[in-house]
Amino acid sequence: MLKDKDYSNIIDELGGGRLLAKNLSKFTNIVLNEKTVYSWKQQGIPDRWKPSIIKLLLKAGGTIPQGFIPPGMSVNNFQDNSSLNTELLEKYDNFNENDISNKTLESFYEKMLYLRRFEERVGQLYGLGLIGGFCHLYIGQEAVSVGMEAAINKDDNVITGYRCHAHLLSRGASPYKLLCELMGKGDGISKGKGGSMHMFDPKNNFWGGHGIVGAQVPIGTGLAFASKYLNKPSLSLTYFGDGAANQGQVYESYNMASLWKLPIIFCIENNQYGMGTSIKRASAGTDLSKHGESFGIPGFAVNGMNPISVYLAAQKAVKWVREGNGPIILEMKTYRYRGHSMSDPAKYRTREEVQKMREEQDPIEFMKKKLVDKKIYSSKKLQSIDDKIRSEISNLAEKAINSNPSNEDDLYTDVLCEDYDE
Amino acid sequence: MSKFPVRSAIRDAMAEEMRSNPNVFLIGEEVGEYEGAYKVSQGLISEFGNQRIVDTPITEAGFTGLAVGASMGGLRPIVEFMTWNFAFQAIDQIINSAAKTYYMSGGLVNIPIVFRGPNGSALQVAAQHSHDLSALFTNIPGLKVVAPYDSADAKGLLKSAIRDPNPVIFLENELLYNEVFEVPEIDYSIPIGSANIKKSGSDITITSFSRGVHAALKAAELLEKENISAEVIDLRTLRPLDTNTIIKSVKKTNRLVSVEEGWMSSGIGAEIISEVTSKAFDYLDAPPERIAALNVPLPYASNLEKLCIPDQDNIFKLCRRLF
Repeated sequence: MLKDKDYSNIIDELGGGRLLAKNLSKFTNIVLNEKTVYSWKQQGIPDRWKPSIIKLLLKAGGTIPQGFIPPGMSVNNFQDNSSLNTELLEKYDNFNENDISNKTLESFYEKMLYLRRFEERVGQLYGLGLIGGFCHLYIGQEAVSVGMEAAINKDDNVITGYRCHAHLLSRGASPYKLLCELMGKGDGISKGKGGSMHMFDPKNNFWGGHGIVGAQVPIGTGLAFASKYLNKPSLSLTYFGDGAANQGQVYESYNMASLWKLPIIFCIENNQYGMGTSIKRASAGTDLSKHGESFGIPGFAVNGMNPISVYLAAQKAVKWVREGNGPIILEMKTYRYRGHSMSDPAKYRTREEVQKMREEQDPIEFMKKKLVDKKIYSSKKLQSIDDKIRSEISNLAEKAINSNPSNEDDLYTDVLCEDYDE
Repeated sequence: MSKFPVRSAIRDAMAEEMRSNPNVFLIGEEVGEYEGAYKVSQGLISEFGNQRIVDTPITEAGFTGLAVGASMGGLRPIVEFMTWNFAFQAIDQIINSAAKTYYMSGGLVNIPIVFRGPNGSALQVAAQHSHDLSALFTNIPGLKVVAPYDSADAKGLLKSAIRDPNPVIFLENELLYNEVFEVPEIDYSIPIGSANIKKSGSDITITSFSRGVHAALKAAELLEKENISAEVIDLRTLRPLDTNTIIKSVKKTNRLVSVEEGWMSSGIGAEIISEVTSKAFDYLDAPPERIAALNVPLPYASNLEKLCIPDQDNIFKLCRRLF
């Protein structure tokens, strides 16, 4: 049996109650009161905290008293083999909400709203039969694209999967060309040959638009490889979902990116469902930001329904990558309100679940409240911005509807760079 | 002219292109410090360093996808598969990513990239290490498929492949690596898409590619003894196929035999015969024939393996039957 003195020694060895409370909170994400930790000197350390404390003792080179390790386990169970330097990452933790300008806050609202109204319009056009095939909407996830984009440069490379409309717009792609592409028009960004899932905008350093789940991850890693090879300062922002996170090539990419210290942010948009399969049914480890640990890639989870949280996390990740530390993983905890694609009845979740997210966590409502609370915008101004966006998208959609269908002469172009003999 | 084995012709093509374009790099398993599983990249790491001769982990899907991304990012990757069998791990990145992106982007994003390595059977390495992928890749719009036979073609075609703005599948053959052929001493390249008449003749056209050309030439020698003059065409490129050269030859000889080391069904021979029957039907004096690997996974035992791959005797007998 351990005595009070043993507990007291342990707490002292780990720098006292205050420091230990802070360090334990870091380990577990549970906020601990320093008084609670001090009280353990008399009451003994509760079992649930023992593993974390053993790890901290090992790290600090402290002594572990006999009887402190839970029965059936040895010190080896608590050795931290990971090469992660979490303290190093902390150095990058100096971004603050108070430093975000009002102008940036305004842009978060406007940009997210633009993505929302655009996708809503796309949904309508799909319902009217003007858009065909597979079509995946971004509604609900807007904070991720807008927050990430605000932290990177135009020279950086962005790549994603098939849920790509929002990321294209965030990069600066023409919304008219996107609408045309979706409706199979000659003015489409891919001349109507790519569709919803396959759109590229190299002028804005956007590299697709990939229909095969997870395939964009090694490609994004290759964009980072090219930046490094060419000594360019640009990084690769590679998006994928919680479903794609189970693909083998994602881990192959983690390995190469870490091995070669490539400038890449792996941004996992965890919207909780890979098509109809919840993350709990698909991933043995649902803490996706930690999946890079064995490769030495740090990562952390972010509230992906809050553009400010996303932006702060993105700034930290960008700084980490730009300073040559290699890859980093951001797991955006987000949510899509619509089905996986337009043909999804969404029977795998309840209406209430969706409703609750919309009511309590909507990123646009959050920004509205923020702007009004901070007296940056009046509710009237918010509404007028909404009206303006609606009318702009409406006009573009009309123009796109009335544009010419894809040109039949283009059927045999762009197969090869030179003339193609069909 | 100097004589070089196919192995060093391939190496020289890569080295010359890497010297002239700093964005060309070689990536694959054991290409650097080990200097190539088949020593094709011998000496390259000492000249170009490990930034441009990139040793990868065993991670075909990963490094193939990475190379596609690197080509989007402005580089010109040469991806070596230790053998083409392992490219099945990466087939999605070759077909869905490399081959289709130019079209799906409406011509905005092209993928200049070469995928190369030894293809087809070697000696007793059995089914999983003996697959001939020629026919499979020729099915895909957006790819070019090259399969050279001798050193001069290997060098000249690889140089063209590396300069090509499209994805190119470059199929080598392990058993040809040590074969020595003449190579021009001048700086040259050979355009993709042109076949080469290796031996001209008047009585029958034999088409083949890669190591099959060797057997076809030997068969032609045997036919010569029977007073049958065979024209042997080395296809060199399988997609786009140089049908003009084949049709022109068949119009002259009026007979056709296609030889390949891959399987027969939906193979290169099927494609050639279809073209010939449609464009030169009236010129044919005998049914066009094809000879290919037997329709089984390639067995290990030497005697069984030998039965599966067409040799000079099989070709000779089939040709003679057409007269």
